[in-house]
Amino acid sequence: MAKKMAIIATKGTLDMAYPPFILASTAAALGYEVQVFFTFYGLQLLRKDLSDVMISPLANPAMPMPVPMPVMVQMLPGMESMATMMMKQKLKKHGVASLTELRDLCLEAEVKFIACQMTVDLFEFDKSEFIDQCEYGGAAMFLGFAGDTDICLFI
Amino acid sequence: MNFDKEFDASGLSCPLPILKTKKALADMTTGQVLKMIATDCGAVKDMQAFADQTGNPLLSQSEEGGKYIFFMQKK
Repeated sequence: MAKKMAIIATKGTLDMAYPPFILASTAAALGYEVQVFFTFYGLQLLRKDLSDVMISPLANPAMPMPVPMPVMVQMLPGMESMATMMMKQKLKKHGVASLTELRDLCLEAEVKFIACQMTVDLFEFDKSEFIDQCEYGGAAMFLGFAGDTDICLFI
Repeated sequence: MNFDKEFDASGLSCPLPILKTKKALADMTTGQVLKMIATDCGAVKDMQAFADQTGNPLLSQSEEGGKYIFFMQKK
C-alpha cells in the first residue's frame, strides 16, 4: 500500500508557500498519497492568481538582505513589494520553480487539496477566486485522512 | 551507456530534477533507460533517494565539468 503524507498549510506568504508545495509534489513523485489542508492564511495559496503572494522583511529577521536594513526602513511603503520582487528574481535565477508551476505539478500528480470551509466563511472569501481543483471541508474530514498517514506536517 | 530517452535539467533546482525525472519515466516501458543531466548538486543525493524509494534502479551517476549525469532504469 502506498505511503501517505498530510500537510496543514497555514501561511500565505511567498517564503512559507514553498515548503508545502515542494514537499507535496516530491512526495507524490515518490509514490505517496498526499493531501494538503489549507487553513487560515494558507487559503491564499489556492487563489487562481498567485501574483499577490508576498514576502515581508518585517518580522523575518533571518531573511538574508543585500545590506543590513533597520526595522524602521523595512516599514516604509513599498519595501514589501521590493522584497517580493527581489526574492522572485532570486528564485528565478536559481532555477527554483514558481509557486504556480509547483502547484500545477502537485495537481498533475493527484495531490488532493482541501480548503478549510470555516476560513472561507470567516473571511467571506469568494470561492470563484480559488482554483477549481480543491475540495472544501473541515477538521474532521482532514483528520480522517491524516490519522492514517506516515508523515503529517504543520506548516 | 545506451539509453532510450534523455532530458536536461541543467539550471533547475530542487525538486524540479526529481519531478521531471518522474514525468520522463512515466511514458517509458520497463527496462528502458533514462539519461538525466542536472547542475543542482542536491540532485546527487535526491536521485539516489528517489531510486531507493521508487524502486527504479540508478544504474550510474557521474560528474563532468559541473554537470551531473544519471542513468536510471525504469522498473
